[in-house]
Amino acid sequence: MTLAIQQLERGLQKGPADVDAFLAEHDFPIVEGSKATFAWRGRADAVHLRHWIYGLTSSQPFHRLNGTDLWTLVMDVPPTSRVEYKLEIVRGDRHKLIQDPLNPHLATDPYGANSVVHGEGYVRPDWVEPDPEARPGELLERRWRSDVFGDVRPLTVYLPARFRETRRYPLLLVHDGADYLRFSAFKTVLDNLIHRLEIPPLIAALIQSPDRMTEYADDPRHADFLVQELVPQLESEFPLLDRPDARGLVGASFGAVASLSAAWRHPGFFGNLLLQSGSFVFTDIGEHDRGPVFDKVVDFTNRFRAEPGTPAENVFVTCGQYESMIYYNRSLVPLLQSTGMAVRFVEARDGHNWENWRDRLREGLSWLFPGPLWMVYE
Amino acid sequence: MTGTVVLLGPQRLEPTVRDAVAELGVEGRLALVTAGWEEREDDDGELVEHLEGRAVNLNAWSRMEDVFRRDPELLAGMRARHDRLRELQEVYRERLACTLEAARKLLTRAGDPALLDPEREAAIEDVRRLDAHHLERVHALYAGFDEEWRVGEREAVAQHRAEVRALLDDCGGLCVAGGHVAVLRNRMRALDILGGVGDRPVFAWSAGAMVLSQRIVLFHDSPPQGAGNAEVLEAGLGLCAGVVPLPHASRRLRLDDPTRVGLFARRFAPDACVALDARVRVTWDGARWTPGEAARRLMPDGALADLEAA
Repeated sequence: MTLAIQQLERGLQKGPADVDAFLAEHDFPIVEGSKATFAWRGRADAVHLRHWIYGLTSSQPFHRLNGTDLWTLVMDVPPTSRVEYKLEIVRGDRHKLIQDPLNPHLATDPYGANSVVHGEGYVRPDWVEPDPEARPGELLERRWRSDVFGDVRPLTVYLPARFRETRRYPLLLVHDGADYLRFSAFKTVLDNLIHRLEIPPLIAALIQSPDRMTEYADDPRHADFLVQELVPQLESEFPLLDRPDARGLVGASFGAVASLSAAWRHPGFFGNLLLQSGSFVFTDIGEHDRGPVFDKVVDFTNRFRAEPGTPAENVFVTCGQYESMIYYNRSLVPLLQSTGMAVRFVEARDGHNWENWRDRLREGLSWLFPGPLWMVYE
Repeated sequence: MTGTVVLLGPQRLEPTVRDAVAELGVEGRLALVTAGWEEREDDDGELVEHLEGRAVNLNAWSRMEDVFRRDPELLAGMRARHDRLRELQEVYRERLACTLEAARKLLTRAGDPALLDPEREAAIEDVRRLDAHHLERVHALYAGFDEEWRVGEREAVAQHRAEVRALLDDCGGLCVAGGHVAVLRNRMRALDILGGVGDRPVFAWSAGAMVLSQRIVLFHDSPPQGAGNAEVLEAGLGLCAGVVPLPHASRRLRLDDPTRVGLFARRFAPDACVALDARVRVTWDGARWTPGEAARRLMPDGALADLEAA
């Protein structure tokens, strides 16, 4: 296949008018098969594509088309991939990170927004968009006084549409809940999956830690907070099913560590775990090289690997192929399976980001909490 | 004696039942079954309003809840039956996965039609045989239960049956809404609701339409888990014949996939697999079907075609 940029390079005068036409004729990045062509136009000493794909050099240089101010880069982007990136513009000593001005697609996260390129065949799931036919659930904002932590922290409770006090509901506890709501469209996803009968109506408690790097790193206080404080209080206030198979923990990155750690410390209390891109760094020998913030995580993962027990009944593990955690998650799955738990592992051509975690929610939640899809026709 | 049966598309967003009732000239009150909504059974305000306040809910779900409270023995018996049925369904599902997969492979296999077509037909016949076998097993299980428990003779059931019959006597027709198809069927059956309907017209949609047919077919081509194999659940109440109602077909089925559509149609032939989407109406007069506007059926060649009177 001859790429569009190759056609430009070969046959044209390479004057400003040719570049104008080239930019006007294409959507950028240009995705052709498994190749993506990125472009930036302007005066610079160098241009780089900065990404977070594990295994590739994180800075990929653009090349300036001779005689023009057009900078381009052709990169492999396998089918169905999502790759988030920024452009680095270098002028003298100045390095400036910007979103790709030619690409309207952005993905937001707690640090701002990145440009995103979609590989051929990637389709943004329709269930992440608000569906006018789906009845909306309700979010209740609370302030939670925690005796375990000795502070007051926010708690958001999701009640499904047509909530009734006389019915009993499953409970999802969601780590980094505010981020899931903001960056993974969590409420819209729940509304839609419930509407489509793919999960049952359920209550979700979305928690947010003021110090997640400490509390989510196998902090015993966090597990106690969930099991001895939060769940009992929620059960006293809301009509919840009082059974392990009706309770689930959700978390991404350190939130996944917190989920597994809590279930491990209180085996049998939570029946279902959704672990997304868990930061399950471990060592087989010697020290890890991830920095002190991972010390407790590594210690936990190593202890878990030695004595996994049976923390839950069902575990759904997801991870991006383009993130460094893929190695640890792939390694963890056989161990989880060996415990007798039902384990499902899904990889995606994506990175350590909220839209990856969003895109896996349907498969994970519907596996852990199957809805009445086959039996209900309304 | 069976009166007119009108099967309708889903009613939540585009209700049409009032028009259907009016066109048949039904007078008086309308008995309403919303048992498929389970604990939300009484959440019928919008529907009652649409029916201009003429509806009287038979409360079939809550009546059976009362029966279970008063007759825990029967509840235990029904739970045991439910467990057996569920296991039977799982076993059937295991066999069905292989049988359907074989049929799908043959339907998409390239080759000489003279060689392949008889094999394809035989593969579909295998699926039909399995469906029929499953229906027989389920029927036998129900028959054994009925013989042992004589549900209609139990005091709580008999009382509610009598009350339902009295309510029905005072109504000009019956409306059956959707919801949980097995719950709806079981509660209507336990309360013998159709026994009291006589020749009054019946209007049903979604799961309600499925329950009134001769066999209940569960379906979804794109579930989040599993292969999406349509499966026979059990016999319906059999108020109308010759049709497999498919509520929300456009949403639940891959109607643009000729292999799946054709297999579906051939598997359940000679019954017509009818897409019951919004605003669709088909009418059964006890002997034949009259399609309304927009009524389509799945065809053996994988296409969709207007439903013709049959």
